[in-house]
Amino acid sequence: MGTPQTLFDRLWSAHAVVARADGETLIAIDRHLVHEGSHHAFARLAEKGLPVARPDLTFGVADHYVPTRNRGQGIADATIRGMVEKLEANTGRHGVRLFGLTDPGQGIVHVVGPEQGLTLPGLTIVCGDSHTSTHGALGAWSFGIGASEVAHVLTTQTLWQRRPKQMQVAVRGRPAAGVGGKDIALTLIATIGADGARGHVVEYAGDAVRDLSIEGRLTLCNLSIECGARSGIVAPDATTIAYLAGRPWAPQGRDLEEAAEHWLGLASDTDAAFDRSIVLDAAEIVPVVTWGTSPEEALPITGSVPDPSRIADAARAAQYAASIAYMGLRPGQPLGEISIDRVFIGSCTNGRIEDLRAAAAVLAGRRAKVPGLVSPGSSLVKAQAEGEGLDAVFRAAGLEWVESGCSMCVGMNGDVLAPGERCASTTNRNFRGRQGQGSRTHLMSPAMVAAAAVAGRLTDARPLLEGRPLP
Amino acid sequence: MTPLTRLDGIACPLPLANVDTDQLIPARFMSRPRAAGYGEVLLHGHRFDADGKARAEFPLNQARYAGASILVALRNFGSGSSREAAVYALVDFGFRCVIAPSFGDIFAANAVNNGLLPAVVPEADAARIIASVEADARVQVDLESQAITAGGAQFGFAIDPVWRTKLLNGWDDLDLTRSFEADIRDFFARDAAARPWMPPRRP
Ligand code: SF4
Repeated sequence: MGTPQTLFDRLWSAHAVVARADGETLIAIDRHLVHEGSHHAFARLAEKGLPVARPDLTFGVADHYVPTRNRGQGIADATIRGMVEKLEANTGRHGVRLFGLTDPGQGIVHVVGPEQGLTLPGLTIVCGDSHTSTHGALGAWSFGIGASEVAHVLTTQTLWQRRPKQMQVAVRGRPAAGVGGKDIALTLIATIGADGARGHVVEYAGDAVRDLSIEGRLTLCNLSIECGARSGIVAPDATTIAYLAGRPWAPQGRDLEEAAEHWLGLASDTDAAFDRSIVLDAAEIVPVVTWGTSPEEALPITGSVPDPSRIADAARAAQYAASIAYMGLRPGQPLGEISIDRVFIGSCTNGRIEDLRAAAAVLAGRRAKVPGLVSPGSSLVKAQAEGEGLDAVFRAAGLEWVESGCSMCVGMNGDVLAPGERCASTTNRNFRGRQGQGSRTHLMSPAMVAAAAVAGRLTDARPLLEGRPLP
Repeated sequence: MTPLTRLDGIACPLPLANVDTDQLIPARFMSRPRAAGYGEVLLHGHRFDADGKARAEFPLNQARYAGASILVALRNFGSGSSREAAVYALVDFGFRCVIAPSFGDIFAANAVNNGLLPAVVPEADAARIIASVEADARVQVDLESQAITAGGAQFGFAIDPVWRTKLLNGWDDLDLTRSFEADIRDFFARDAAARPWMPPRRP
């Protein structure tokens, strides 16, 4: 027996092409996902007259700029249309398969990858988007990259990397009903800080993670970047294999069985060493909402906005005061008294079928007090939700049911809040101006957003879920 | 890329933590080609009010920091979105170095790929450098010796040694990687036998 290995150790050594004396290692990339934002990298290729090295391992998805309404009529805004057309031209020119605007498989890149079976355990996956950490839920090493790196992968199918440190986050016990992946992730971020896992790959373990569906694990890994980790991973298990069976681009039949044998052997050895370990008790986690402008500024819904005058650390007090001012809140204000103007349900964090079911469980037979948008994570999720009648629940509650895309998570397609508007959102970033100039975002789970819609203010979803079957 | 060895210039203080890349460049400006220039939209929401008027109190708008090539900020600078446009905006505005206690990992990698130095200093030093440049904005940064001089005081900074070499020489990864073409070919040939399930199964 050699040295005990972590899941990440195995992924790293399986992809090391060349190791330099200075510690940099050339890593082979198994899947490269591109979207409209990859235009800078394609422009670089055009400048240098270089081809895409492995179009067979490269996939395009139209998501960041796509309209969520009246798609049949084309895109009215010339700039936005230009972005979608540029992606079509670039992928077309280089022979890259595109899940474009009218493709039935279109959706948000981090929803499409797993859903199509493009994301597999044991792979390296990169994309010019920081939430690429999502794909680690299936046991892949996945991470977001910048445009220079996108150009590097397009032309060489490799990247230079320095071995990251490793953190294990063990979530033990059983969460209460109405507490899920989003609450676990926000609790972790609030505990270790928005830069708490910087420089690390985070492996999520423990029975609470094992008990999560793939959807829940995708949410958890998705938010890894919000505590600074470029990657989050979960060891592949029977849940993973069952999820992959029958996915269009995944191995099937005997091939899947053989692959599964390999994948199930990837898990970290029980005595493997991590640079840092965190343990969370799932039973103690209460539905979480953010109150500030960083995902670390999050608290249980039962809490209140912090009072900077009571914080000893001057830098922290100044940070909180700035966030409270931007968010238009009062120190000490109970979180449950914060009124909202709008809700958004969607994004690569919480736009999957299970998320929509959870929101619908709260909304069924109720009316929203505020307007809001529901944008499914992919066109296939949309079709599935409609098959289950969830769209009717959202519409009956007074929310708008629209096409799939990044939409109000980032506002690039024009779905934005008005300046000063306050939104309860299932997305991943409560940054200043993220949902439009002057926008104020409170992050929470889909059930919590649905509850906020019903109450017209932030509120605990658990009482609203009583007696209702949870998905 | 232009090599970077030593900077002697104006430093602008930005005493904020968690300056994410959405703040550095709001999403609505990201469709423009690089040639159009990104400098004018840097920190747009901080520099301009809703009517597009410059906020006089924001350091970047103040005459005494005009022509700044060094930015000094607080922890977790450049966190969030992987958008390299955040680095384009800083570089096009004229910055060659950001000093902060910590950086988002993706931002730091993007910075180095564009010749922008992410210099890591302890939290207390960041606060001291900010206080110092508020009195006298002239600062020297020496990448060779990893030292910052501000207000007569010296501060060390940390940088990954590989990144330091890259910045000092103005190297581009792409040229280097292409010298490993044969290794990459061999790797994928071996890998096809080891992991037959890796390639996507075309439906
Ligand atoms: S939904 Fe939001 S976080 Fe996810 S890929 Fe789109 S813009 Fe990025």
